[in-house]
Amino acid sequence: MTAQLTAVRTDRQRRLLRRLPWWIAALFLVGIAVLWIFPFLWMLSASLKDNMEMFTGGLRLWPDKFVWDNYARAWNDAHFGRYLINTVVVTVVTVVIVTIRCATAGYVLARYRFRGSKIFLGVLVATLFVPTGYTIIPVVKVSMQLHLIDSLSGMILALSGGAYVSAILLYYGYFRQIPKELEEAAVVDGAGFVRTFFSVMLPLAMPVTATVAVLTFITTWNAFFLPLVFTFSRPDLRTVSVGMQAFVGETATDWSGMAAAGVISIVPVVVLFIVLQRYFVEGISGAVKS
Amino acid sequence: MQLTRRQSRRSRADVRALDRPQRPRHGWKKTTWIWIFLLPTVVLYGVYTIYPIIASYWYSLVEWNGFDADQQFVGLSNYREVFADPLFWNSFKVTFLFMLLVVPARVLLTLLVAMVLNSPKLPLIGVLRSAFFIPVVTTTAIIGVVMRFILDPSTGPINSLLIKLGGGGVDFLGDQHLALPTAAVLYIWKFFGVTMIYWLAALQTIPYELYEAARIDGAGTWQLFRHITVPMLKPFLIIITVLTIEETFHNFDLMYTLTAGGPYFHTEIIEIYIYRWAFAAPIPQLGHASAAAVVFGLLVAIVGAVQLWGVYAGRRLRGEQR
Repeated sequence: MTAQLTAVRTDRQRRLLRRLPWWIAALFLVGIAVLWIFPFLWMLSASLKDNMEMFTGGLRLWPDKFVWDNYARAWNDAHFGRYLINTVVVTVVTVVIVTIRCATAGYVLARYRFRGSKIFLGVLVATLFVPTGYTIIPVVKVSMQLHLIDSLSGMILALSGGAYVSAILLYYGYFRQIPKELEEAAVVDGAGFVRTFFSVMLPLAMPVTATVAVLTFITTWNAFFLPLVFTFSRPDLRTVSVGMQAFVGETATDWSGMAAAGVISIVPVVVLFIVLQRYFVEGISGAVKS
Repeated sequence: MQLTRRQSRRSRADVRALDRPQRPRHGWKKTTWIWIFLLPTVVLYGVYTIYPIIASYWYSLVEWNGFDADQQFVGLSNYREVFADPLFWNSFKVTFLFMLLVVPARVLLTLLVAMVLNSPKLPLIGVLRSAFFIPVVTTTAIIGVVMRFILDPSTGPINSLLIKLGGGGVDFLGDQHLALPTAAVLYIWKFFGVTMIYWLAALQTIPYELYEAARIDGAGTWQLFRHITVPMLKPFLIIITVLTIEETFHNFDLMYTLTAGGPYFHTEIIEIYIYRWAFAAPIPQLGHASAAAVVFGLLVAIVGAVQLWGVYAGRRLRGEQR
């Protein structure tokens, strides 16, 4: 009986011992990872220190005294409440537009061959990497002519008109490999073109939709160049990324308020990433696999 | 099963002949729906991506400040000015120097980390991967602003630590020799996770049995790496390198918020050069900026063409191995 017990224990010990090098490696990597995200931890702690302590405290993370007032200043005086609302509106509407337009375009390109479909795909692939710095001047000019400059709707349209080629290609690849029989069954059941798409194909593509939505959300939330140019004369329309840049110029002394504003701006994307990271990772690795 | 399906398919052939991909003829109704489905993309992408690409060429041939309606056709003189501007060539140089600093580190360092984070025996693997990935999802412009404070020569926490250790205050972003390398390090840190995910995806295409079989045959860790990992990853190396190179062209957010091109244009990448002429000058010179943008666009296109060729070559390499 006891012999058996010791045998079991040594067995477990041996297994633990074998895994020990791995745990040491993991511990080492955790150390690196903490250093890796240190700027965020520091920002979080700085957002709770008062301005004096921020300068004297150095790299120490735990604040002497928690100053929640920093957040109130960032939210009200620095207008980050409004910037946050702007960013949420712009991001959510852009995500909806981009997801719908990429899903429908990817669907017809994958399932039908029509006059011009090859050229369409070719043009898409050719513009895969067009940088914003290249297109920005005509985009502003067009928006001026359409009276859409200095407005959130103009910013939304310009952002959702960006290439997003990879999103279309993700849908394209997915719809391509759905067996023909499914579509036929829907047609037999009397579904037309639109019904087939919305009640059969689109629900099937749920994982792609999630990936595209998450990727677009993060791209749009973090967009800087377009929102910067679209809000030159309308500071009240700034998104958080532009607001942050302006903050430093306008109130150069309130560093802890700046840190609080940074936390307000970054927390939503980080939370979204942690909850939905599977889709995010899938979207990025899709670039390599295809 | 197969047979009946084929039979039923044939019996309905006249109905369904419409949507066989090989036959381009659809009923007018279907064609209409196809174009309605494409409409949002055609309009938005046409107005905000395709049109600007073409219009840039026109704008590069005119003299125009952006406010007045009148645009004066000046031929190629904008290009002549751009090519005669030493600061344009400076931004060209900075862009490529930055690429040289960033790409090898991003491609090779991430491979090392990805290989460690791919080993199935490592505990806490999910947490570790997420930690390395978090900088990617955060707003680049905000990182730039916060980093400016962290690296501040007199009040920043890094320098106060250095001073405590007996070093002097280092002006990471204000020193003309340090600014670009500092920005490069921050850029590598910020986008490390993207390339890491690329490599993880590539590593997962290698079947684990291959390693096991080799180990039974008595191969050591180095041999496994040398004779299995490296050859299996070679086709991916091309794709990942070129994807990474293309991404370094999109660096306005970080550079602008970190240094805005300073000190004395030492970090002025082409995108900031364009921005300066188009939006930051007292009298905007959109013609000049557009000419620079067209040159920039051509540059990206050339690298893009090389990329397509690279992917093609990579596919062939992969095909040969199978």
